Amino acid sequence: MTATAFSAPTQDTRPPTLEMRGISKTFPGTKALSNVQLKAWGGEIQSLMGENGAGKSTLMKVLSGAYQADAGGQILIDGKVVDITNPHVAREHGISIIYQELSLLPNLSVAENIYFGREPSKGGMIDRRTMRESCRGVLQRLGATFGPETIVAQLSIAERQLVEIARALHSESKILVMDEPTTTLSSRETDRLFALMRQLRDEGLAIIYISHRMAEVYELSDRVSVLRDGTYVGTLEKDDISAEKLVKMMVGRDLSSFYKHDHQAKAGRARGQPMLAVEGVTDGGKRVHPASFTLYAGEVLGLAGLVGSGRTELARLIYGADPKAGGTVRIDGKEVNIRSPKDGLDAGITYLTEDRKHQGLFLDMSVKDNVNFSVIGRDASGGGVLNLRKAAERAKSSIADLKIRVASAAVGVGTLSGGNQQKVLLSRWLEAKPKVMILDEPTRGVDIGAKAEIYRIIDQLAQNGVAVLVISSELPEIMGICDRILVMREGHIEGEVGGSSGTPVTQEAIMALATGVQL
Amino acid sequence: MCSMKTMGADTRVAQETAAAAAATRKQNINTIIQIAGMLPVLILICIGFEFATGKFLTGRNISIVMQQASINIVLATGLTFVILTGGIDLAVGSVLAVSAVTAVSMSLGSASALAIPAGLLVGLVMGALNGSLIAFFRLPAFIVTLGAMTAVRGLSRLAANDTTVFNAALPFAGIGNAQIFGVPWMVVIALAVVAVSWFVLRRTVLGVWIYGVGGNPDAARLSGIKVWAVLMFVYCTSGLLAGLAGIMSAARTLSANGAQLGMGYELDAIAAVILGGTSFVGGIGSIFGTLVGALIIAVLSNGLILMNVSEVWQLIIKGLVIVGAVALDRYRNKGSART
Repeated sequence: MTATAFSAPTQDTRPPTLEMRGISKTFPGTKALSNVQLKAWGGEIQSLMGENGAGKSTLMKVLSGAYQADAGGQILIDGKVVDITNPHVAREHGISIIYQELSLLPNLSVAENIYFGREPSKGGMIDRRTMRESCRGVLQRLGATFGPETIVAQLSIAERQLVEIARALHSESKILVMDEPTTTLSSRETDRLFALMRQLRDEGLAIIYISHRMAEVYELSDRVSVLRDGTYVGTLEKDDISAEKLVKMMVGRDLSSFYKHDHQAKAGRARGQPMLAVEGVTDGGKRVHPASFTLYAGEVLGLAGLVGSGRTELARLIYGADPKAGGTVRIDGKEVNIRSPKDGLDAGITYLTEDRKHQGLFLDMSVKDNVNFSVIGRDASGGGVLNLRKAAERAKSSIADLKIRVASAAVGVGTLSGGNQQKVLLSRWLEAKPKVMILDEPTRGVDIGAKAEIYRIIDQLAQNGVAVLVISSELPEIMGICDRILVMREGHIEGEVGGSSGTPVTQEAIMALATGVQL
Repeated sequence: MCSMKTMGADTRVAQETAAAAAATRKQNINTIIQIAGMLPVLILICIGFEFATGKFLTGRNISIVMQQASINIVLATGLTFVILTGGIDLAVGSVLAVSAVTAVSMSLGSASALAIPAGLLVGLVMGALNGSLIAFFRLPAFIVTLGAMTAVRGLSRLAANDTTVFNAALPFAGIGNAQIFGVPWMVVIALAVVAVSWFVLRRTVLGVWIYGVGGNPDAARLSGIKVWAVLMFVYCTSGLLAGLAGIMSAARTLSANGAQLGMGYELDAIAAVILGGTSFVGGIGSIFGTLVGALIIAVLSNGLILMNVSEVWQLIIKGLVIVGAVALDRYRNKGSART
């Protein structure tokens, strides 16, 4: 299953509008892109696919000048090598990128947004008349129903996307990158967007379309290129595109060797009594539809799904981080009323956040304080006086048990590497001695050594009878460490693989449930 | 698991250890800067004034400086709690006034024994009101306490009938004028407040929570902390200590002017907190720093007076020192581990 197996020969004799060759990007500790290529022609829609973390966004950030690629790569526009050193240069070369999170200024008008940073002036004053008239033209071309003076805050998400597209057209872009533009759109809005994209393609624009959604890619693309783990897998021409080929290209075959379980062995691991029983838990249907499942003591249950499928949201509802609109949670057979993280913690649940910098760690505080943060109340003597000896012990044993590389427990956690930071955060929850441990992307941004350490701890927890729920976007990881896996799509639990479900644990089975495309 | 240990694990360990050691050194330097903070600056200013005037470092003058600083120390200590959570309390000057007026007025009536408790209670209630608006209604602290600064000022004028309340036989006048073992009671109270506050921040669970809520409120909540309770506590503390400062002020002058007393005190208190190295972002700072900050401000005023610098120039110099401190605060945040 090599890359060449899928790269169809490009017969096209026209030079591509955009060609990226041999692009690599190294971050401290990880190689996000390795020798990646991409071509896009005017008058075509080129899709870019890949799992979460495959490197799509990094590649586009290189194109937009937000990141600098490693030396050795080349970007050619209309056959000429260009040096994109910053976003401004990218824009001058006719590259526009519309990100998932729109970058408009909501308190300004449509015209002000379209012209932002290059306002026309007349005698030192902003020439509002020119702005209005010229924007009106572009908006009409896009079929917008709002005028240039509308304040952006009053527009829907779909309309705001139109403004972004208008801005791209107005600055005479040749290359338009759209990063998951449909995630927040209704199906009617999506249809309108697609019609517009076809119109722009026919007008000669080179469109690069990034999406997770197989059906959309299928419908729109003239070509699809696939990335996996930061490498270029191949490109399918229009007539070659099939869901089956794409999934195979995206997931690959190489299961990393260090997920040490195999499923036959694990099926025999002792499974205890139901520890967490979730029934009909929902946020009212915004992100999570009523979800029910049971997690047993001594079990590692996976929660898979694409980003935005509601995995994190469901976990936060269970823990009490967000308010539930309905449903019940039982711990060890007893129904518990969880309305805040404190309730969740008191009931015996912990939740390791996927965003350790913003929601997990106290970066200005020491390793010791971070490890002890959620248990200092339990350790304290009357009047809430800190038990300094106990805190020092906990910190010391955490550092030893999890092999945290740090000179002393008094060191600020913000100075540690990602892997060591994650271990500190994990220690905080281990110290709480939970019955149910929810781990949201436990190895995100973590080096390979720390990863192995974290897997070892998860395994050990399960052996000690803790019920573990692991959310992960990395399929090899979730398949490697979990006994069975629930798959979510668009807020629903779509199905289960492994365990007693009868469906064997394969990447194809998980992707089929996650994307809704049956193979 | 064994497979990845083979990839030059030893070199990696060595590298990481070296990196960790370097990080620790940097951390230690940062900690020293943070702990020592402005203390060298304070000492330098003191020595400078001694050289310039020859009468700065006398026991008598030091006692005067400490006494002059004591009210600001108490206010700034309360504010340190608030600013550590990333908040602000602009109402402390007005709360000081309303508490002072309450205490003096009560002392004139039949329940004069309740004058001090009443003054403290008024401060506590004001703090609780601010705290509930900020903690439960999620209103910005700046706006809530800016409003409170004005409204409570109105209240204090109302309570004083828009004049000065005065009691020549104020029962608690000793607080403002008597000494114990040669140390003014004002100074004893201020230092006691500092000591208790230090204990709360450094030796109790609540203290860790306060730093946590200021450093990362989301993480604090997800760690099972009742963020609202922590916020209530800091605003109540700020109010209560402003009330105490009001009592001290009334005791010193045997009177309280509802309109004038405490005007602008919040600014001196904020200046002391910033000078002490407490970050406006929250989560970084110390009570000891605040003490040093308040002393710098008091020493500046006192020394400049001894040098016969005009009041106009005193203001200009004090202002420049505060701006310089904010610049330092910025520099410090850039240098810290915050990413």
